[in-house]
Amino acid sequence: MNFDGYEIGPFYDEMFEASGVARPGTRLLLDKLRSLPANELLTRQAAAEKIFFDLGITFSVYGHEQGAEKIFPFDIVPRVIEAEEWNHLERGLKQRIQALNLFLDDIYHDQKILRNNVVPRDIIESSAGYFPVCRGLNPPLGVWCHITGTDLVRDANGEFHVLEDNLRSPSGVSYVLANRQILKRTFPQVFSASNVRSVDTYPSQLLDMLHSIAPSRQTRPSVALLTPGVHNSAYFEHSFLSQQTGIELVEGADLVVHEGYVHMRTTRGLIKVDVVYRRIGEDFLDPRVFREDSLLGVPGIMDVYRQGRVALANAPGTGVADDKAVYAYVPEIIKYYLGEDPIIPNIPTYICRDPRQMAHVLANLDSLVVKAANESGGYGMLIGPASTKADQEAFASKIRQDPRNYIAQPTVSLSRCPVIVGDHFEGRHVDLRPYVLYGNEIQVIPGGLTRVALTKGSLVVNSSQGGGSKDTWVLGR
Amino acid sequence: MLSRDADAVYWMSRYLERSSNIARFLDVNWHLTLDVPEEKGEQWKPLVVTTGDYAIFKSRYPEQRPEDVLYFLTADAQNPNSILSSLRAARQNAFSVRNSIPTEMWEAVNVFYHYVNDTCVRPEAIIREPERFCAEVKWRNLMIGGIASDIMANDEAWRFFRLGRLLERADKTSRIVDVKYFLLLPSLDHVGMVLDHVQWAALLKAVGGFQAYRHAFGKIDPSKVVQFLILDHDFPRSILYCLTEAQQCLHDITGTRIGYFSNPAELQMGQICAGLSYHTIEEIFEQGLHEFTDDLQMRLNVLDRAIYETFFSRLPAIDQSQQQ
Repeated sequence: MNFDGYEIGPFYDEMFEASGVARPGTRLLLDKLRSLPANELLTRQAAAEKIFFDLGITFSVYGHEQGAEKIFPFDIVPRVIEAEEWNHLERGLKQRIQALNLFLDDIYHDQKILRNNVVPRDIIESSAGYFPVCRGLNPPLGVWCHITGTDLVRDANGEFHVLEDNLRSPSGVSYVLANRQILKRTFPQVFSASNVRSVDTYPSQLLDMLHSIAPSRQTRPSVALLTPGVHNSAYFEHSFLSQQTGIELVEGADLVVHEGYVHMRTTRGLIKVDVVYRRIGEDFLDPRVFREDSLLGVPGIMDVYRQGRVALANAPGTGVADDKAVYAYVPEIIKYYLGEDPIIPNIPTYICRDPRQMAHVLANLDSLVVKAANESGGYGMLIGPASTKADQEAFASKIRQDPRNYIAQPTVSLSRCPVIVGDHFEGRHVDLRPYVLYGNEIQVIPGGLTRVALTKGSLVVNSSQGGGSKDTWVLGR
Repeated sequence: MLSRDADAVYWMSRYLERSSNIARFLDVNWHLTLDVPEEKGEQWKPLVVTTGDYAIFKSRYPEQRPEDVLYFLTADAQNPNSILSSLRAARQNAFSVRNSIPTEMWEAVNVFYHYVNDTCVRPEAIIREPERFCAEVKWRNLMIGGIASDIMANDEAWRFFRLGRLLERADKTSRIVDVKYFLLLPSLDHVGMVLDHVQWAALLKAVGGFQAYRHAFGKIDPSKVVQFLILDHDFPRSILYCLTEAQQCLHDITGTRIGYFSNPAELQMGQICAGLSYHTIEEIFEQGLHEFTDDLQMRLNVLDRAIYETFFSRLPAIDQSQQQ
């Protein structure tokens, strides 16, 4: 298999500078790919897919149990990011997370930023991610968002932009680790020659971070990962992280509040839990505080949290900072708290709440991407250039009914990577989700999840919308 | 260990062992029918009787042909104890505790499940040639046992894994012994004749104990075979061996010395083991072999409930034991 017919098109290509000209960081990889005998790449792709299947990293196609199972699509040709580029991203991500945490702490305490009219008060108070019940809470170390997955995209000039922040319970890091394990087996020589930075320390860093926020100083705090259960689409990740860190994987019914502390039910009776890494939304966390009908959470856990007897990661209430209408203000938020310009820019964003901006959005629906402020996973979106007149009209009426809930952005022509399609390569659009941990310090794992829009021409990379993934190689030099 | 995880490991292990036992006696029976050509399906029916699912079988397959038995016990998703159903349940349990068991074990169970699931889509092949399918089920179970003994930390998860496997095996060995009770000989004259002899040897083969028996006893003697299957101290599938090992696991979990009990499971287990350990085979025959296995199975059911209440129900075990 070769790149003879491969076309870069009017996009930034992650592998080639120009047709047939490799970028400096991808030369070794390309040499390797070119040296493989015909069909060898397909054989390796099939072998990698079999590993995923045997490990049960799959989802059911229809219903569960009886239905056929499929692996999440995965392309074995990695995406390479050079050292300098990465250092820039790392600085930018640290800056952003630090500012967003200061913002969250302010929003739930003095609200200075609102009083100074840097962010409009009504945007915060109308946000579905804002929970007044969290006001006055003091998370350990003053950190609210311990685990972040920030979505980045590259435009046609190759510049990275933040597409969105995910501050609730971002998923996908297990695929970063699983993809890497499989890629090491797939291209061992070129991997070691390329000086790829390791991502395998993530579970240790996650564990250290979770230990660092334990309320009582213990040598080995007891940590549990709270999952909605086996039917959740991210269950593989929950189980994988539990296995890699040794923390208990629990469902709500395994936890109970007893004598003022959170405990888990074990074969030896109740055992106290110091830290809960929650992978359920806060609205499901405690039926006494949030949704009464929730069966997934733990009655009374918020009380224990308020008294500082258990730590929650992420803290409840962080979703207000990844509301897409708040996103538009993040550059101002960075300036306000840190006095710095953002290192990684946002995508220009129109807020429909503003009548003038809304008029512009309504007049240009065929060229913009419109997003609902509180949706994720690629739901509630209109991709203007790919939409019909009817889609646009439906969205226009939704926007008019609830302007607060919609933002719009120019269509970014996301960068592309070569992907194996049948017996040749074709370019497909990608984004990048790096993961950031924040306990005693901020750490960014070198790499992240590169998501691929598998459909030709599509800009939607979400796994819930049929996207796939690639390993991301950050070069050490 | 989380109660929910302990429960899942225990049942994963039981379901795997169940699939292995079905494969073993199906395989033996198939060979038996090749050796002893039969007129009708009489040779097959006892297999369904021993799994305890004869009522479901009869209602679903009025003709009760040999191939019905084969299908019912292997690929029938409606039979909760078929190999297919057992693997589904085992895999479901393994899935929910994939973080507590070695990755290799999860992978082995997952691949095993897919093998069975894919093979059962075309059951004609299994029915035509059950040997191949049964051998695969047997080997894959042996491999999972190997993973458990070679790379699993000897922690609580491992003990619950062993406990489930040993109790299921004790139960199934007792049912296999019981098969002989249901395997009708054409007439009393056949007792001690070739067919009788072949059948007793088949029981030994069903549990993989034919060679071990030969070494220990030589000639096939019905009362020796029964003694070997029930009371042997060294053969890993004899009922006594399984139960004394299971007792050890149970006490290792709680830390209570054998001879004492701190919960209903240990009490029940102690009674069963003491009863077996100090029984002679003559006494068992006196009681009646069928009556003995019936009684044992009832006690094992009580034990299983006691294990559930002690460890798996979401009430803390320690509080319960303190109440005693």
